[in-house]
Amino acid sequence: MKKSSLPDPFEKARLESGLGKMNDQDDPVTMLLRHKDVRKTAHNWKTFQSGAEPGRIVVPSEVNIRDTRQIPFEVDPPEHKDYRAIVEPWFRRPLQPEYEAKLTEIITNSVNEAIKTGTLEVVNSFSLPLQSRALTLLLNTPFSESETWISWGTHVFRSEGEALDGDKANILYNYIEEQIEEAIKNPSENLYSKLLDSEFNGRKLNKEEVKGIMILTFAGGRDTVINTITNSIAYLAEHPESLKRLQKEPEIINNAVEELVRYFSPLTHMGRVVTEDTHVCEHAAKANTRVSLCWASANRDEKVFENPNEIILDRKVNPHVGFGFSHHNCLGATHARQIMRILLKTLSEKIQSIEILDYKENIENLDEFKRKVGYDSIQVKFNTKTV
Amino acid sequence: MAKITFITSDDEKITLEGTSGSVMALAVENNIKGIDGDCGGVCSCATCHVHVAPEDLAKTGKASEIETDMLELDDNTDEYSRLCCQLEISDAIDGIVLKVAK
Ligand code: HEM
Ligand code: HEM
Ligand code: FES
Repeated sequence: MKKSSLPDPFEKARLESGLGKMNDQDDPVTMLLRHKDVRKTAHNWKTFQSGAEPGRIVVPSEVNIRDTRQIPFEVDPPEHKDYRAIVEPWFRRPLQPEYEAKLTEIITNSVNEAIKTGTLEVVNSFSLPLQSRALTLLLNTPFSESETWISWGTHVFRSEGEALDGDKANILYNYIEEQIEEAIKNPSENLYSKLLDSEFNGRKLNKEEVKGIMILTFAGGRDTVINTITNSIAYLAEHPESLKRLQKEPEIINNAVEELVRYFSPLTHMGRVVTEDTHVCEHAAKANTRVSLCWASANRDEKVFENPNEIILDRKVNPHVGFGFSHHNCLGATHARQIMRILLKTLSEKIQSIEILDYKENIENLDEFKRKVGYDSIQVKFNTKTV
Repeated sequence: MAKITFITSDDEKITLEGTSGSVMALAVENNIKGIDGDCGGVCSCATCHVHVAPEDLAKTGKASEIETDMLELDDNTDEYSRLCCQLEISDAIDGIVLKVAK
């Protein structure tokens, strides 16, 4: 087993029953493991709802630590569509040439810093700063804000050893409330101001809604991006031939990004609440229980992907669900894809090789399954190309 | 060289010329409304959904199984539906008309 591999813990259960069971704070979750079931269920919002009690579709459940509804994440159609319409154009800005140029500058600087330092811990000294700096572009806030976000560390929501920590989450909530007040006093061109000025069904978005959107932007785009960056560095360290290939064939970079997202599946699963007695995968699902859509398992489904446990950089047909499926698909995907495309290009141009010196895996505990999602820490040495 | 005509949801007709690559890439380069090509053509996003004009289906062929599985859940799908990232530009599809689904 290579250090950079992410094994698939779901294979046996996916083939046998298609389901996994997980207890979570006395509100058990039935995990759907097959690609087809995951897509079907994601699409069927009437029977499998997102707009339940705030925090309930997240696993582990957050009903005890927050009341703010995350938007558009915890809303179902038809309102969902109206909220998405407000935010979608903004979240497509990463495709604009000026945005791309600024993001390239941020990533180039991060890689140059890493080369200068030589040996470093990737999660805290590379991925977190890079993710935070890139987020200033998405929110259109001053670059200096990234320093605050970096100072929060990788775990904005929990203290050492604890799954959820309400006090710690308050740091983020308080910060966002302050930023909203600031934007009310001094409107600018940032996302807070843009949202405060947006129309929803003939009225302006209220503060609570703006807060719900902003929290989600911070929460959804943090660990996911950090893990994708870190895992990619580990992969390239053990596959120098891939680093060379990306430089020689930059036209495969887009396929490579999709394949890495498939293989890493940075978001393991996401819940839905069942609204009526029904069946999934020939098993009964009772009203007011929870199921989860296991993107990570669906992305290794042997019925859909050939050699599912291998990274095939130029995989051509790749109907992965790493960014979700149907109407709730990832709003931040354009930003995340741009980060990864530019990062792979920059690394392939500047880096000769990467050595893994030491690492500690981050294993997610899903009861029946233990899944490696990335690293708590990973020490590497970057070797630059000699000119 | 192939001429490809797109009809957008607001009934605008745009004819483009291409020599190689996918029809999705051609559409995105020319900002065809309703074709976003989010996944860059690997068949995972369905933001490149078009309806082929019935008389042109012989030129493009029907959707592959991966495409139909992807589109199966879309309300707007019919027998002329294709994901245009899976359509390669070549002389063989010269003159086709595609109605953008979104
Ligand atoms: C590689 C990085 C990322 C991955 C793998 C990822 C994955 C996902 C997945 C699987 C969903 C679907 C959840 C569901 O169906 O319930 C989702 C939704 C979402 N993601 Fe991401 N995400 C990533 C990056 C980001 C970033 C950078 C942001 C924003 C800064 C973001 C914001 C969101 C939002 C707002 C939603 C909810 C959309 C809705 O409900 O309509 N994500 N993401
Ligand atoms: C208010 C909103 C949210 C809160 C309070 C929250 C809370 C948390 C907490 C407490 C953890 C740490 C769990 C642990 O490691 O034990 C976590 C991790 C994570 N969250 Fe969220 N979350 C939120 C929204 C989201 C959304 C919308 C997404 C993606 C679409 C997301 C993706 C992730 C991922 C990928 C991890 C990393 C798991 C790991 O690396 O261990 N979160 N979140
Ligand atoms: S571009 Fe994503 S499916 Fe065609």
